[in-house]
Amino acid sequence: MKPLRTLLARDLRLAARDGGALGTALGFYLIVVSLLPLGLGPDLALLARIAAGLLWIALLLAALLTLPRLFEADFEDGSLEVLATGAVPLSAIAATKALAHWLTTGVPLTLLAPVLGLLLNLDLSATPLLAATMLIGTPAVSFLGSIGAALTLRSRRGGLLIALLVLPLYIPTLIFGIAAISAAALGTGGVGPALAILAAISLAAVTLAPLAAGAALRAQVS
Amino acid sequence: MQLSVETLTLARGHRVLAHDLSFTVAAGEALLLKGPNGAGKTTLLRTLAGLLPPIAGRISFEDERADPDSTLAERCHFVGHANAVKPTLTARENLEFWTHYLATGPLGRDAARAPDASRLPGGQLKAQENEWTSQGATSVVAALEQLGIAALSDIRAGYFSAGQRRRLALARLITVPRPLWLLDEPSVSLDAEATATLADMLRKHVATGGLVIAATHIELGIGAARELRLGVAAAEAA
Repeated sequence: MKPLRTLLARDLRLAARDGGALGTALGFYLIVVSLLPLGLGPDLALLARIAAGLLWIALLLAALLTLPRLFEADFEDGSLEVLATGAVPLSAIAATKALAHWLTTGVPLTLLAPVLGLLLNLDLSATPLLAATMLIGTPAVSFLGSIGAALTLRSRRGGLLIALLVLPLYIPTLIFGIAAISAAALGTGGVGPALAILAAISLAAVTLAPLAAGAALRAQVS
Repeated sequence: MQLSVETLTLARGHRVLAHDLSFTVAAGEALLLKGPNGAGKTTLLRTLAGLLPPIAGRISFEDERADPDSTLAERCHFVGHANAVKPTLTARENLEFWTHYLATGPLGRDAARAPDASRLPGGQLKAQENEWTSQGATSVVAALEQLGIAALSDIRAGYFSAGQRRRLALARLITVPRPLWLLDEPSVSLDAEATATLADMLRKHVATGGLVIAATHIELGIGAARELRLGVAAAEAA
C-alpha cells in the first residue's frame, strides 16, 4: 500500500499547489447556479421545488470540467510510464488517482452545494439530506469519470468526448440522489432505501471502474 | 542474472521495425542500441519495460534472488524521452516521490532484494560472478548532490532548464537500486560535466554487476560496451 499512499499524497499536494482545477470547478458551480434563477424568473416556490435537481446537475457538470486533467498531466510529462514500472498494477494507480480526484473535487463541491442552495431557495430542512446524497454519490462521479478520462487520454477534444461517455453513466446516481430528496420532501418514506442504493452504486463504481480505467491506461501507454 | 530476448518482433503502427531480434545481456554488461531515427530503439526499450506488448517472441529475465512474483517492469528503471518531473514540485519533492514510490512493492516488501554492498564483509564494491551487487540506495540529498543540482533542491522544477530536468530524472537511478537500467537517449540536453557524471554512474552500475541497455547516438563513455544496430531490416526493405 505504501506506493499508493505516496501517490495519493503527491496528487493531493499537486492539487493544492496548482489550485487551478478546483478553483475552476467551484467557480463554474457558483456561476451556473447563480444564472439559473435569472433564467427561471423570481418564482420562489418553483425554485425551491427544483433546487435539489439543479444543484445535482450543476455539480455533475462542474465535476466533468475537471475530469480531462485526471491522467493528462501524468501522461504528458512521462510520469505515467514510470508509474507503470512500479510494483502496483495500473488499476490500483487509476483507483488512487480517482480517490484523489474525489477528495479534491467531489468533497469541495459537496461542501459548496448547501451554500448555493440558499441562492435557489432550497428548503433549509432539506439541506443536510442533499449534502448527504452528494457525499454518498460523488465517489461514483469520480470513479466512473476515471474510465472516460483514461479512454480519451490521447484524443484531441477529449473533454467533449468524456461528456458523451460519462454523463450517461451518471444517470443512476442522479436518479437515486434525487429520489432520496423527493421522498423526504413528500414524506412518502423510502429515504433509507434510496440512500442505500446510492451507496451501492458508489461502491460498485469504486471497485469496478478502476479495472476498466486501468485497462484503458494500459492501452494508452502502449 | 541475465536478460534474454528471443526472436522478438517489433512493430509500430502496422509497420514492422525489427524482425527476429535475439540477444542476451548478462550481469555487468552494457548494450548500446544504435541506428537511425525511427529504427525502433525506443520501441525496443518500451517493450522491454513492459509498456508495449511484443508482437512475437519472448523476453525473459533470469534472476535467482528476485521474488518469483516480480515482473521485469519492477526490476528495471525506465528513463524515456519525457522526464517525469512535476513543475509545481521542488527538485527534492520530485525525487522523494519517485524514490518512495519505486522503492517498495505492493505489500511493503523491498522491490530490490540484492544484498547491500555496504553490508558485505570488507564493505568493498565487488562484482561477483554473474551477480548484481546493489550499491545500496543513495539518499535523495546525496543523489541531488552527485547530479550537481543540490543548490536547486528547494526550487520548483518548473523553473529548471531542460538539462537540469534531465539531471533530476537521472537521479532516481541511484536512489532506488534496480538491476536493469533502460535508458532512452539519457544524455540529451546534458552538458559535458553532467554527461561525465552519467558515464560515471553507468560504469559503477556495470562494475557492480548491473545491466544497462541504452539507446544513444553518441558514445556514453561506458568503455567496453556491446552495440546492437537496429534499422538494418528496415533499410534493406526500403
